[in-house]
Amino acid sequence: MNESNQATISTGNNAIATAAKDAKVQVVAAYPITPQTEVVEQIANFCESGALDAKYIPVESEHSAMAACIGASIMGARAFTATSSHGLLYMNEMINWAAGARLPVVMANINRALGPGWNTWAEHTDSLQTRDTGWLQVYVSTVQEAYDTTLMAFRIAEDKQVYLPVMINLDGFALSHITQSLTTESDEKIQAFIPPFQLDHAIDVTDPHGYGTLTSSDQYVHIRYDIERSMRASCAVIEETEREFAKAFGRTYSWTDEYLCDDAEVLIIAMGTLGKEAEVAVDILRKEGIKVGSMRLRWFRPFPDLSDRLIGRELVVIDRDYSFGCGGIIAGTIRAKTGLESYNIIAGLGGQEVTYLDIASFVKERKIGKEVWFGVDETKAGYEISRSDV
Amino acid sequence: MSSIPTTEYLKKCTSACPGCSSSLILRYVLKAAGPNTVLVVPACCTSILQGAYPNTSFGVPVYNVAFGSSAAVASGIAAACEFLGKDTNIIVYAGDGGTVDIGIQALSGALERETNFLYICYDNEAYGNTGMQRSGSTPLGAKTTTTPTGKTHLKKDLDRIISAHNIPYMATSCASYPKDIYAKVTKALSIKGPKFMHILAPCPPGWRYSSEKTIELGKLAVKTGVWAMYEREYGKLKLSSPTIAAIRKRTPIEDYINAQERYKNLEPAVLTRIQQSVEYNLLLLERESREEENNEAEERT
Repeated sequence: MNESNQATISTGNNAIATAAKDAKVQVVAAYPITPQTEVVEQIANFCESGALDAKYIPVESEHSAMAACIGASIMGARAFTATSSHGLLYMNEMINWAAGARLPVVMANINRALGPGWNTWAEHTDSLQTRDTGWLQVYVSTVQEAYDTTLMAFRIAEDKQVYLPVMINLDGFALSHITQSLTTESDEKIQAFIPPFQLDHAIDVTDPHGYGTLTSSDQYVHIRYDIERSMRASCAVIEETEREFAKAFGRTYSWTDEYLCDDAEVLIIAMGTLGKEAEVAVDILRKEGIKVGSMRLRWFRPFPDLSDRLIGRELVVIDRDYSFGCGGIIAGTIRAKTGLESYNIIAGLGGQEVTYLDIASFVKERKIGKEVWFGVDETKAGYEISRSDV
Repeated sequence: MSSIPTTEYLKKCTSACPGCSSSLILRYVLKAAGPNTVLVVPACCTSILQGAYPNTSFGVPVYNVAFGSSAAVASGIAAACEFLGKDTNIIVYAGDGGTVDIGIQALSGALERETNFLYICYDNEAYGNTGMQRSGSTPLGAKTTTTPTGKTHLKKDLDRIISAHNIPYMATSCASYPKDIYAKVTKALSIKGPKFMHILAPCPPGWRYSSEKTIELGKLAVKTGVWAMYEREYGKLKLSSPTIAAIRKRTPIEDYINAQERYKNLEPAVLTRIQQSVEYNLLLLERESREEENNEAEERT
């Protein structure tokens, strides 16, 4: 029992596990994968020590992890899981199922690159491949934000106007394994903030229904549109939840985390830890007289309406992801939603080191409308790089 | 045995094929389980025969899930029931493809974790819903749409795989013996923990026989020894009476093979191999059964 709030230090992974415990999850089904393992281990510990009264299902795969969360949720229990990279894509079928079945499952995804080559470091291409599934997606950048956002995720997902699953994303190692200060909150305040789990369409043997039966095209179209209707309705729920969170706990969150954006002529746009790193680059560039700000995107689904904030400024978009044959996914989304071109830097893939000095140089070298892969010598093939290393 | 209830949980007018035995099986499964039951159904013929949204021909909640996920979804349902203090029967009703092929990993995991549920595989020995493609459960020599000249591999021995999980209760049965199905489902649901049943489900369009012969085909499968009926409680084997009779005196296997077009033009060498595998299976079961009896006799003395 947490009787009052506590200042502590924590890794990103531990913050996620602690938030799931504090949110009183009832069923957890998870499968270990680097760099998510600490989340699973902590929750298993909480369950065995009695710190968390929940059923922990040590499933044999991520596909089964999400399947078990779906089963628990439809039976009326608050369900949680965590995964990463290959695990996320292995459960992709069930990720779609959870959203289609309108189940407010909450999942943490520790962003990691996809093989081959075998690489366990941070990249956002894993979760961005699931952006069209009907899950709400939020990307965090600090340990405290990971904890706070996980608490908020349950309230948002379980809101009757939403009834959609929420995925909290944090960078593998760069956030999952780093240690920062963390304030955890009291049970009493958290229970006042997150209402008890209530799923209106939960299975009830006294009122039997068929779930997920054969569906005609006309009905299917409406069911799919309902997902989009709820996605749109979730915008107000997210805003209200973040407002109520600030009132209850004193920490403020929004669609974006903006640093010196108001008078900025150039905006650096990124997600996750690189978005936080960009704030240091802003300080350096400001000293040099460049009017720049950092806009770290938190919510990717639903994608916020940023037109008013972006129009009239030069955009430097850092994508820690890539859609082959198209471009950086954040830059592409901004172009689709606002019509704005950007200077698109593909940086940080597979955990590639990107410092604030690098980010500052992106701004100085910006050419709006161009795409550049950071650190890539375009005259060399990948196999030539590895050969020269030998 | 108490009499079988007259209440029907499988309503009339399902969209099953004429002569479908899987709906017959389910009828008796649900009679045994009663209304406090949740059915979990992966992609299979049962996804179709329950009817189209928003209607259902089932009198209990049915959760349709992705093909390979049923045992894992049931794990989640079981965990939620345990957490919420609900005493509900959780029954997976899955076809052979969804069990021996794409669903076997989730099933193995759920059994190993001692999930409190009953998994029933109704086995029509092919992917029936998609038009009779071969599954791992298709027997040697049988023609399917993906084995047009007959399957060249033996049927996967699902029951020995399940048996290796050392679960409290497992049983085999056949659609032609509804009282046996009713009794075994009743017994399974009285036991806590993972339970498994494997039920042969003759399929007129898949096995290519006339639809009024479903019961006859199922009985022939048992009488020839092609399909064996038994129970295992904590591993301990108990042969069911139709199979005890078959071990004593079998109907010739040709009576079963020749009744189905899927075995048309079966080569004699393949028939011999089928015969050998049937004999071997019965030999193993008989030997094990005799050992059990001897052990019991020793314990008594």
